[in-house]
Amino acid sequence: MHVRAVDIVKTFTASSSRPALDGVSLDVKSGELMGLLGPSGSGKTTLLRIIAGLDIPDSGSIFFGGEDASQKSVQERRVGFVFQNYALFKHLTIADNIAFGLEVRSRELRPPKAEIRRRALELLDLVQLTGLEKRRPAQLSGGQRQRVALARALAVEPRVLLLDEPFGALDAKVRRDLRGWLREIHQRTGHTTTFVTHDQDEALELSDRVAVLNGGRIEQVGTPDEIYDQPATPFVNGFIGEATPIEAHIEAGYVYIGAHQLRIESKAGTSGKGRLFVRPQDIVIGDSQPDSLQAQIVAVRRNGATRRAEIEIPAHAGRVEIETHSSVSVRAGDSVPIQFVRGTFFLDGEGAPA
Amino acid sequence: MSETLADWAEARPVTIEGRTKAHVKTRSPVTGEGPVLAGVLIAIAVIFLLLFLVLPLAVVFYEAFAKGVGAYFSALSTPDARSAIWLTLTVAAIAVPLNILFGLAAAWAIAKFRFPGKSFLITLIDLPFSVSPVVAGLIYVLLFGAQGLLGPWLKAHDIEIIFAVPGIVLATVFVTFPFVARELIALMEDQGTGDEEVALSLGATGFTAFLRVTLPNIKWALLYGVLLCNARAMGEFGAVSVVSGHIRGKTNTMPLHVEILYNEYNVAAAFAVASLLALLALVTLVLKTVLESRFGDELPGKSRRH
Amino acid sequence: MSLVSQRNSILPGFGLTLGYTLLYLGAIVLLPLAALVLRASSLGLSGIWQIAMEPRTFAALRTSFSLALAAAGINVVFGGIVAWVLSRYEFPGRRLLDAAVDLPFALPTAVAGIALAAIYAPNGWIGVWLAPLGWKIAYTPLGIVVALVFIGLPFIVRTVQPVIAELNLDLEEASATLGATRYQTLSRVILPTLTPALLTGFALAFARGVGEYGSVIFVAGNLPYVSEIAPLLIIVKLEEFNYAGATAIATVMLGASFFILLAINLIQAWSRRRLGYV
Repeated sequence: MHVRAVDIVKTFTASSSRPALDGVSLDVKSGELMGLLGPSGSGKTTLLRIIAGLDIPDSGSIFFGGEDASQKSVQERRVGFVFQNYALFKHLTIADNIAFGLEVRSRELRPPKAEIRRRALELLDLVQLTGLEKRRPAQLSGGQRQRVALARALAVEPRVLLLDEPFGALDAKVRRDLRGWLREIHQRTGHTTTFVTHDQDEALELSDRVAVLNGGRIEQVGTPDEIYDQPATPFVNGFIGEATPIEAHIEAGYVYIGAHQLRIESKAGTSGKGRLFVRPQDIVIGDSQPDSLQAQIVAVRRNGATRRAEIEIPAHAGRVEIETHSSVSVRAGDSVPIQFVRGTFFLDGEGAPA
Repeated sequence: MSETLADWAEARPVTIEGRTKAHVKTRSPVTGEGPVLAGVLIAIAVIFLLLFLVLPLAVVFYEAFAKGVGAYFSALSTPDARSAIWLTLTVAAIAVPLNILFGLAAAWAIAKFRFPGKSFLITLIDLPFSVSPVVAGLIYVLLFGAQGLLGPWLKAHDIEIIFAVPGIVLATVFVTFPFVARELIALMEDQGTGDEEVALSLGATGFTAFLRVTLPNIKWALLYGVLLCNARAMGEFGAVSVVSGHIRGKTNTMPLHVEILYNEYNVAAAFAVASLLALLALVTLVLKTVLESRFGDELPGKSRRH
Repeated sequence: MSLVSQRNSILPGFGLTLGYTLLYLGAIVLLPLAALVLRASSLGLSGIWQIAMEPRTFAALRTSFSLALAAAGINVVFGGIVAWVLSRYEFPGRRLLDAAVDLPFALPTAVAGIALAAIYAPNGWIGVWLAPLGWKIAYTPLGIVVALVFIGLPFIVRTVQPVIAELNLDLEEASATLGATRYQTLSRVILPTLTPALLTGFALAFARGVGEYGSVIFVAGNLPYVSEIAPLLIIVKLEEFNYAGATAIATVMLGASFFILLAINLIQAWSRRRLGYV
């Protein structure tokens, strides 16, 4: 089911005058696994809840396929929603939790008892919890509860699956296991899926495409590669991975730091001041070449297979962190030639300030 | 996916965005009832509370002044009324401090130390709440009454307890027994022993630590317990009724005086005395509400109120 | 006991405070209760049974227990609604009504009793409107129920309110996303979650109702076999110097309160085991 959000605006009266969502549009293609990524307060959960019908937008529409779902109640939308803290019904057994969505259907639509039970057990198998149907939520671990919550959401044969911080409440080891498992389930069931996360690794690893939200707006929608390698805005550049902004300007399509011309081209414009975002891997220490810049190494520390160095370069006030292979020997106090191999340049005033 | 990428995923604090308190009371499309049902529910609740709580209170004050302000004050200034008021104040002035002392001792022993049988002891302390007031009075009659276990001995030594003030005090102490203790035990168990241990390590004596560290920590909960204890002590009817003997001017407390006046069809006077007790209840409620709203975090959890 | 325990804390005063606690508890509560138990044991179980089965005593016990049960039942319904509305809705006067819920705890029972009589007597504020319809509340068992509803209300509301406050809205939203109507959510999700608290409140209100005296006697009419409650009969027996009779009734009532106390503990243990919370 192709899901579209069109021009969604939502203001919570209680909070500040800034809207929680400020004209957001998003397309989730049929069968796609879409990650909504952003810092807290960016509006990602609100967007998810509006798609589900749990919040009502001030304006804008939600389409499920060709159908305008905006006027439909939560119950009518038939979404599978997995809550951050799972929201399992503690007074019901695991099997009854999963069967809940089928049990509450009106008599004409409700499958017979035996069929409901069969489907509940089948879903329990799918989420690899076979045999736990008689337990209650209080007797399960966090990871197991998460699986039950997913099975319960899948039981209603949802048109779209929505997950709010699906792994947020779990410890690191369990999160890692569940990620791969969720990906697998998605491949097997093929549900159109949208999930919210504040964890960029989670978003990049799981999603077919990622939508990065900030301050109630979508900054960029793209595949994980696009998001990481071609960030569309300074915010995305700063939020995804590590990046240091360096004051720079462009002339004739080339980026300059101070008077020094880099080998980096920019399509941002023909001339003007701005910032160059560089990741630790974007600067290499090498032999002196015509376009090399002389940098002062301030501090070095070992980081697994790599070495991290903090350097100071002329015409830039702060320090820049770079990553080198551990075989490259650098010491604090050295003055070394560096080259910029990559970087993303943004003109001042372009995009939302990071 | 790659191990390294997964390795980078460290646990971060969970923020629940867009789910702040503002959500809770504003009507979200699914967490509230429809306007009709909501209206019906609110109407039922409000009418029920008005009928069962507000109306009786209003009646007390209305009936108290039904025969005019003059009648009201003359009802309060009869010698019998005055002696009833005096006895009620006296009884409360003895019973409440006794239970404060007990509450402090019990809370110190129970909350600051571990020992076997602790939860059983707490159950015993709560016991008077489960005993009917009339039964509470009865047990003292069975112990100290003329035909009671200690009756002959007391008579031989010319000590009067039943049908006298000591009996009234004892019955009052019994029915108000747990009020202070249960507030303090609950709070001090939450607070633990850390503050006192710091005080001792800084050279304070045990008593100084109690006075300068414990007491300031528990003062609002203590006041809260005292408030409830006092309200019950001044208002107790059943238990006191059994042991008092209803001797006018001698063993009549205010609630008993209300009963006597009422049974004599002196309704306005009965309500006049009752209005004083109702006023006490109102003051208690106001102070209690203030304590809960201002110092709620210095009171134990609000789930077990009697 | 105290020697072992004192070692687990560096704080002083354990022996003194525990000693005082036990002494005071013994003198005020345990010794007098022992006097009752001693009396009761001299009657023997069959003696108590015999007295309790005397028609008038049996009628009084039946009146107290059945009407307390009825009042607690009424309170579960209306107290439950009151707790829900006070927790979930904002309306003018809400805070005032919320504070007023504790009135029955604070108002002396005798005052409540005469006030209820003034309201429900045939010439009373409400009674005067009901009399022409042939309805009588005061001086009938109905009057007792009204008084017990008044007395029991805060037990239900104050037990249920904190549980409603802790209710996770996610549960209701989850239920809705799974297709449940609001009615289904209320009956299948919220009510079962509140059940332990409602049961506990019911038991507390019931226990209080069985033993209640002050607020009841003014509206009850106190007619033997009809509207005479057990606590009143204890007093009647005492005035007749029938200590055995008073003791027997008191023993039955005390037994009932222990039974209810036990029931409350079982409810809470069950709830903890099943739902992971009380």
